[in-house]
Amino acid sequence: MKLARDTWLIFQRQAQLLLRNPVWVFVGVFQPVMYLLLFAPLLKPALNAPTQAAAYKIFVPGLLVLLAIFGGLFQGFGLIAELRAGVIERSRVTPVSRLALLLGRSLRDVVSLIAQAVIITVLALLFDLRVFIGYLLLAYLMLALIALMTSAVSYGVALKVKSEDALAPLMNTVAQPVLLLSGILLPLTFAPGWLQGVAKWNPFSWAVDGTRALFDGDLGNDNVWQGLGIIAVLAVAGVVWAARQFARSVR
Amino acid sequence: MIETRGLRKSFRSRAGRETKTVDAVRGVNLDVAAGEIFGFLGPNGAGKTTTLRMLATLIEPDGGEATIAGADLLKDPAGVRRRIGYVPQGGSTWDESSAREELVLQARLYGISKADANRRATRALDAFQLSEYADRKCKTYSGGQRRRVEIALGIIHEPKIVFLDEPTTGLDPQSRAHMWDEIRRLRTEGMTVFITTHYLDEADALCDRIAIMDHGEVVAEGTPAELKREISGEVVIVGLDVATTPQAAQLLDTETYVSKLETVDEGGLRLYVDEGAVAIPQVLRRLDHAGLELRSIELHRPSLDDVFLTKTGRSLRES
Repeated sequence: MKLARDTWLIFQRQAQLLLRNPVWVFVGVFQPVMYLLLFAPLLKPALNAPTQAAAYKIFVPGLLVLLAIFGGLFQGFGLIAELRAGVIERSRVTPVSRLALLLGRSLRDVVSLIAQAVIITVLALLFDLRVFIGYLLLAYLMLALIALMTSAVSYGVALKVKSEDALAPLMNTVAQPVLLLSGILLPLTFAPGWLQGVAKWNPFSWAVDGTRALFDGDLGNDNVWQGLGIIAVLAVAGVVWAARQFARSVR
Repeated sequence: MIETRGLRKSFRSRAGRETKTVDAVRGVNLDVAAGEIFGFLGPNGAGKTTTLRMLATLIEPDGGEATIAGADLLKDPAGVRRRIGYVPQGGSTWDESSAREELVLQARLYGISKADANRRATRALDAFQLSEYADRKCKTYSGGQRRRVEIALGIIHEPKIVFLDEPTTGLDPQSRAHMWDEIRRLRTEGMTVFITTHYLDEADALCDRIAIMDHGEVVAEGTPAELKREISGEVVIVGLDVATTPQAAQLLDTETYVSKLETVDEGGLRLYVDEGAVAIPQVLRRLDHAGLELRSIELHRPSLDDVFLTKTGRSLRES
């Protein structure tokens, strides 16, 4: 009860600050939109897809997962600014739940990610992408879990390194192989065997496969529940770890 | 209200490949009574902030114990948090929020209901003369205004004790005087105020009792008057010509009220006496009789800096 109330308080505050500067939501969505407009048209011939819509069914899910990964991983920057301003320390002397300090922030990030995902989906609809709404919502659940995990991890790392200069290269170094090994830009079905083998160890590649299956309307596909399961477990682990960083002393 | 015994904290710092352990606080014992303004005086790096952060539950002590407003620091940190307020040194407000938003949120983080939080915020804005800018973003405030918001944030839940870390650092003289008034007002409202400072005049003028801290240890504790009294006596500085100085020294050296006499290089004498008010007329008479001309005379009363000098061998201004 207290956790829910505290989380809501932190969420409200963070959401309010975001809404005061909503331009960030659009900045975040700018890059994926560029991919959608300037990269996706190459895919129909490249993938040998029968129609443009079929190419989008493969590409858009990957793009959304990409958005969720990156959107989350870079949230730590805001936290470092808050640390510097003393806002975190001020919260930590109150009896507020430490888990709420994290969850309130991460849930704000999840909501803003879903808003961005809706923008991308609507744009893709203009390009003849068609997805059954129930499956789309399940795909959004996957995205929400990914964003929850990556934003929590980003906050936890931010509390540990406490400096933008350290956080930026760290996040980029993590994000790049994760991105390449998840078959986001092109499906890994084109990859040689060894690359596919390595990618099996990347949880995000499972998430991408699951999301693609959902966009394809293939609910029975094992990738769906496997992807959701793996990401859910990782999200819980990420949240627990990051909340512990909030509870520990932060200088 | 605050009682600590043997409070310790060390940090490990890494310089290159070597790991060094720095003993930031080495066994601090304090007894702070209810309703007093207690000051922690010491140079930067003396361990004041580390001690304060331990008392405010922000860092865990390595050893020792403390009871704060009846709650045990180690066993019941949550209980301590409910009873104290803490105002950090480097600020605690967010540029893009307004004072009112910050105050309401802070009150609500203490579990206060929305309606009550709004009422408290309005009252605090009034009390700290912030109503005029209450709904403007914090980044538009002056240093003094922002510091007042931060103090208001620290006491929004009406704690028994409030910890203020260097509350007037970086403020102009006028805002500083204003801040002192605000701090005295907190005491009138029944709060115990614990401040850290490296300003001698602040410790002297504002605090009921002070502890002088150096290298992680409390080297002296008492009221400013008591501490100064411990330093024996006062100093009368007599300005003379270089030529007449030896003669004057000879004359005054035998006087009973002079406990020690030193010659000043550029001409003149430093006389260590118990009470300047008694000594000065006698010095004047003696020199006048001998026909020695006086250039100046001044009385130097011991300051907290002299106390610090006696206890640590350094001047606080230098460290």
